[in-house]
Amino acid sequence: MSFNRHGVWAIYTFEMARWRRTLWQSLVAPVLTTTLYFVVFGAAIGERMDSVDGVPYGAFIVPGLIMLTLFTQSLSNASFGIYFPQFSGTIYEILSAPLSSLEIVLGYVGAAATKSVILGLVILATGACFVELNIAHPVWMAAYLLLMALTFSLFGFIIGIWARNFEQLQFVPMLVVTPLTFLGGAFYSIDMLPPAWQTATLANPIVYLISGFRWTFYGSGDVGFALSLGCALAALGIGLAWVWWIFRTGYRLKQ
Amino acid sequence: MSGDAVLSIRGLSKRYGSGLEALKAVDLDIHRGEIFALLGPNGAGKTTLISAICGIVQPTAGRVSVDGHDHQRDYRQARQRIGLVPQELHTEAFETVRATVSFSRGLFGLPANPGHIEQVLRDLSLWDKRDSQIRELSGGMKRRVMIAKALAHEPQVLFLDEPTAGVDVELRRTLWTQVEALRGRGVTVILTTHYIEEAQELADRIGIIHRGELLLVDDKHRLMRELGRRQLRLHLLEPLAEVPAELADWAPSLEAQGTELVYRFDQRDGERRIPELLARVHALGLDYNDLNTSESSLEDIFVDFVAQRSGA
Ligand SMILES: Nc1ncnc2c1ncn2[C@@H]1O[C@H](COP(=O)(O)OP(=O)(O)OP(=O)(O)O)[C@@H](O)[C@H]1O
Ligand SMILES: [Mg+2]
Repeated sequence: MSFNRHGVWAIYTFEMARWRRTLWQSLVAPVLTTTLYFVVFGAAIGERMDSVDGVPYGAFIVPGLIMLTLFTQSLSNASFGIYFPQFSGTIYEILSAPLSSLEIVLGYVGAAATKSVILGLVILATGACFVELNIAHPVWMAAYLLLMALTFSLFGFIIGIWARNFEQLQFVPMLVVTPLTFLGGAFYSIDMLPPAWQTATLANPIVYLISGFRWTFYGSGDVGFALSLGCALAALGIGLAWVWWIFRTGYRLKQ
Repeated sequence: MSGDAVLSIRGLSKRYGSGLEALKAVDLDIHRGEIFALLGPNGAGKTTLISAICGIVQPTAGRVSVDGHDHQRDYRQARQRIGLVPQELHTEAFETVRATVSFSRGLFGLPANPGHIEQVLRDLSLWDKRDSQIRELSGGMKRRVMIAKALAHEPQVLFLDEPTAGVDVELRRTLWTQVEALRGRGVTVILTTHYIEEAQELADRIGIIHRGELLLVDDKHRLMRELGRRQLRLHLLEPLAEVPAELADWAPSLEAQGTELVYRFDQRDGERRIPELLARVHALGLDYNDLNTSESSLEDIFVDFVAQRSGA
């Protein structure tokens, strides 16, 4: 046995089954939140806003909204998925099974990323109910969505291993990623900011990630697509290296 | 490595982050098809030993090979052969019994086999509960679910870490029968227990572990014979202040405020001296209204042994 595909599949389907049991909560909350954003930003404020780069404001915020949900949901899904077995003790079985670290990551992160992609598509569909969407590069859009879902699920996995209590699980999504996403151009183009703020904003890595996704929709972003894609791949690389280090050192998983 | 060792442990050590040495260079061979009981007081290192073998704890030093496969270099082959029932009850709450047992089989790299899962569940009297969520089960049933999970991938070696802790007498008997049945099918069983009775009843060999050291490993019967002691207890009518010099040969002790005279002897030749002792007691004019002899349990053996060790 060189690759334990049954093992990966067992973890994957277990995680998806856990999600299906609470599917209603998992989907309804993000959809409701997104709808509220459309009502407030798209309809109420958007009416008074000019179009951004030739895109009506209501449509302009769709990629940013999808990314915001994708980031936070990937982090919380993946972190919970690996945190909970440690909390409940059932991790013993994963550790004693003939699974390589790559296979464990594949099972958990694969399931979390699947959920995120589904959620992203549901929000896209929700958005399409409110505004007219023309996606310039649908294949890139799908690929980029998958890339972001994988990357943030990987970071979520890391958080789940690092966290010592449920509060810490919420810490990074709430206090780091959500603010950075709001400030990272989810709801505006950074051209709209005063020059000093523009420079400061470019230090925020989320800017590059959101900009890339917006490019797949409208063919333009705050920065070039190649730079965005480079940042996205670098983020994935950092996540992979970090996880590899965790397993190599047994960090927090094994005494 | 002995020829028929299914599990071979050499110099296995574990020092926890806290600096505590929980295992000190343990060497142990487990024979294929035997039931091995690991006895030791709380904190002796039983769970640590099992965890280090199964990959839950990272050993500081030492090697383990399972059926000839190194447990780290060749971990897939090694772990495939091992089933583990941990000491604590760790179960998913919302999964059904059948789903969680099938999950375990998949985790260990085997394709689904509903027939085998059914057999395991029937053997453990869980078939009626197959579609119940685990949170709806009693503690004893949950423990059986853990055993079913450990058996789902048809392991050759099964670790049971205190399988009968918190289990009623009837279920304990059932579990014993099931352990015997497993042995009948060629599964090697290693169990830890605080119930000496359990080791006495089930095990072929017994290992005693204390403060991370494996003090002794022996055949159960020989262990009982070698280390087993008996005692003769006389209930005196008049309490004695001290043991009369005439009885010094037997080195008896006085207990219960001098109302009980206790002579301890080992299994081999001590009992031949009993009539002589009683004659001497009679000659001294000591009256007693009751007399009994008893065999030391494995528990006494264990306590004596550990006391000797820590005294030395
Ligand atoms: N994760 C840990 N970190 C630090 N020390 C530990 C850890 N786990 C166990 N120990 C210590 O290692 C020693 C051996 O513990 P272990 O759980 O192996 O004992 P045990 O023989 O299984 O005891 P029991 O019969 O109570 O289950 C104990 O002193 C315990 O406090
Ligand atoms: Mg223990």
